Amino acid sequence: MASELINKYMRPEHLPHIWCPGCGNGILMRNVAQAIDNLGLDHDKVVIVSGIGCSSRAAGYMDFNTIHTTHGRAIAFATGIKLANPELEVIVIAGDGDISAIGGNHLIHAARRNIGITVVVFNNNIYGMTGGQYSPTTPRGEKGTTAPYGNIDRSFDIAGLAYGAGASFAARGSSYHVQQTTAYIQQGILHKGFSIIDCASVCPTYYGRKNKKGSAVDMMKYQRDNAVMQEKAVNMTAEELKGKLVIGVLAHTNYPEFTAEYQKLIDRLGREAEEREREGK
Amino acid sequence: MSAKASKQSKKMEIRLAGSGGQGIILATIILAEAALEAGKYTAQSQSYGPEARGGMCKAEVLIDSEPIGYTKVENPTFLMALTQQSLEKYAKTVDKDCVILVDSSLTVPDYLDPNQVTKAPILETAVKGVGKAFTANIVAVAAINALLGLVEYKDLRTAVLSHVPKGTEAINEKALKLGAEIITKK
Amino acid sequence: MGKTVLMQGNEACVEGAIAAGMRFYAGYPITPSTEIAENSAVRLPQVGGKFIQMEDEISSMAAVIGASAAGVKAMTASSGPGFSLKQENLGYACIAEIPCVIVDVQRSGPSTGLPTSPSQADVMQARWGTHGDHPMIVISPSSVRETYDLAIRCFNLAEKYRTPVIFLMDEIVGHLREGIEIPDPKSLEIINRPVRRYAKQNGLPYHVEEGKCVPEMLPFGQGQRYHITGLAHNESGFPTNDNKEAGKLFRRLLDKIKDNRDDIVQVEEVMCEDADTVVVCFGGTARAAVTAVKQAREKGIKAGMFRPITIWPFPDKELEELSKKVKRIVVAEHNDGQILLEVQRVVKNNCEVDFIGRIDGSVMTPREILTKIEGAK
Repeated sequence: MASELINKYMRPEHLPHIWCPGCGNGILMRNVAQAIDNLGLDHDKVVIVSGIGCSSRAAGYMDFNTIHTTHGRAIAFATGIKLANPELEVIVIAGDGDISAIGGNHLIHAARRNIGITVVVFNNNIYGMTGGQYSPTTPRGEKGTTAPYGNIDRSFDIAGLAYGAGASFAARGSSYHVQQTTAYIQQGILHKGFSIIDCASVCPTYYGRKNKKGSAVDMMKYQRDNAVMQEKAVNMTAEELKGKLVIGVLAHTNYPEFTAEYQKLIDRLGREAEEREREGK
Repeated sequence: MSAKASKQSKKMEIRLAGSGGQGIILATIILAEAALEAGKYTAQSQSYGPEARGGMCKAEVLIDSEPIGYTKVENPTFLMALTQQSLEKYAKTVDKDCVILVDSSLTVPDYLDPNQVTKAPILETAVKGVGKAFTANIVAVAAINALLGLVEYKDLRTAVLSHVPKGTEAINEKALKLGAEIITKK
Repeated sequence: MGKTVLMQGNEACVEGAIAAGMRFYAGYPITPSTEIAENSAVRLPQVGGKFIQMEDEISSMAAVIGASAAGVKAMTASSGPGFSLKQENLGYACIAEIPCVIVDVQRSGPSTGLPTSPSQADVMQARWGTHGDHPMIVISPSSVRETYDLAIRCFNLAEKYRTPVIFLMDEIVGHLREGIEIPDPKSLEIINRPVRRYAKQNGLPYHVEEGKCVPEMLPFGQGQRYHITGLAHNESGFPTNDNKEAGKLFRRLLDKIKDNRDDIVQVEEVMCEDADTVVVCFGGTARAAVTAVKQAREKGIKAGMFRPITIWPFPDKELEELSKKVKRIVVAEHNDGQILLEVQRVVKNNCEVDFIGRIDGSVMTPREILTKIEGAK
């Protein structure tokens, strides 16, 4: 029940949230809370880190150790928190502009490092907070206030980008696919290494309106009707995948996690120092 | 502090110049450590360009019997140059009483007083005598110490051995010995 | 006291920081600060601490703040362009009141400038580099031993006032090697942040208790869930758009430094008691200045040196007093006149103010300063 989830994991005194009616972010935030609940994580050991943008307001609503940082830098703050105290379950919530434009460099390097944090992207294909400018995930040809004649840039596939940079768990979900997306977030949290779940959100206010996508409900229906599972998508051509929303687990591999490896180094140096001391005596 | 005291202290202002990769900086660090071992005050610094190898490199060490204020060489009392380019750059600004040590391969500029210049086969000794070109800086510190009488041999040896990789002690001791000899056996 | 060892300024910075309790360092290599990262990489895992080389200076600063929020004393270091990149999250540490130490080993020129050459031209950037009204503590060392001691002091002030502290070094001291005696750790005063441990989660995490100047801190993961933000916030830690509440926060941030300036400000005065001419300088320039002052004394000129150890807040009170006793002040710095502006502001017409600066990446000599001191004879 949603209300129970709210009482248990949200800060009701800070609700309602600032998101527009029909925004997909609320559903995705709930999915994160549901995943935490399903896993039975210790409230006090969970840290939610966010950057700047619509999605990043989620940190303030969620009743954990929460830190609302600077634009693009959530993963870098999260890296410091996780390395300083690897016992903490560090979850980053970020938007598409936050994570793949201004924060793109931090994304690829955290993925390369394979540091054990979980990144949940609320990907609405637009800069919402500043009023609808095109983002790195705005599809080519679509409009934003800074792409009044249609976007010329190609768009990023954030999960694919992270996987290419070395993320050991990468998945895609959506605000429509609640069960699956929650399951992917759960897997991402359990995974020992860098994990990213790129979740298609909907922004009826800016992206929808600018690009004549209809109502919030129409946009959700679009997600329902155009979703293709990853397993199926691998056998489809680029032409067939045009306009489709691929969801599922893109990659799940095992690779040594950064903070665990660093602890091994500390332990080794400690042992060597002890040995030297013993020999000295 | 009185004027008299400051005149009594013999501040050594040592400048070594050469090309990056010759171990000039390490040579001054070793001299500074040897000076510390000998209970003196010291300040070591360097200036260099962006190149790790090649390019002009200058390193300095001050040695004094009292605490050091200004940390750079203002009036060199000693200059060593291992390349022609660095000799020509730094020799221009030295006083007549500055002691100059140059590698035998260099041409000494006319404007220098021949009496202030000592030529010694530093690079050749490292290559042929010790058998390892990379020991040129150790040969050089031994030669400098022999020329200036900065510290006792044991202090220099301690400083050198604390900086060289394990397993190279013997070769560096040889460099120290031969480095001193190119001055004393002249 | 231990044995005297030869140590580089940058290395002493790391040793001092570790003695102060630094157990986290995030950084990105840049000349002339790189040895601070290198030494941290060697030393931190030896003492159970963590070192991470981040992808840039922005993320280094972010990681440092994250680590400090998780309860670990943290530091980063940079130079030149890298220090510019630190500014964004430096402001975050100010507003969210996260203690941390940022070392800037100044180098020469704007942009890439002269990477390996000394300079002291980040005085104003250190104070005002991050946007908006904000508090700042900036401290500058003039010797290797002082670098060790002041690194500890930077951490102590950062922890005590829950604020970032900038350790403004210069290449002269950063790359200088001198003999230093490492003090007995037991003899050191180490200050740790005030930590609040509630039995229940019912407090206002940014509430300042009566008689205190900062809120007590709640380390992440210890049972006190709360919210940290770079937005203006009230005592609950949550964002507010209320001008009164925002104004109260911004004022408190500035006042906690202003009101405690006597605790924060340190200066060194050399032979100032009877001086007619006083050289005002900071950091590595002091080494040439003190030599010049001694040379002037040998010539019978009553010269002295006044050195702000704490650059910001600027030692207004101390300098104003001095300016009433002396005939002339010579400001000497490796920039085109930054401390000079502060000196002129404080001194007004109390005495003559003269200036000697250096902007070409070379180091000012005692002879040049002496000539300037003699200039008014």
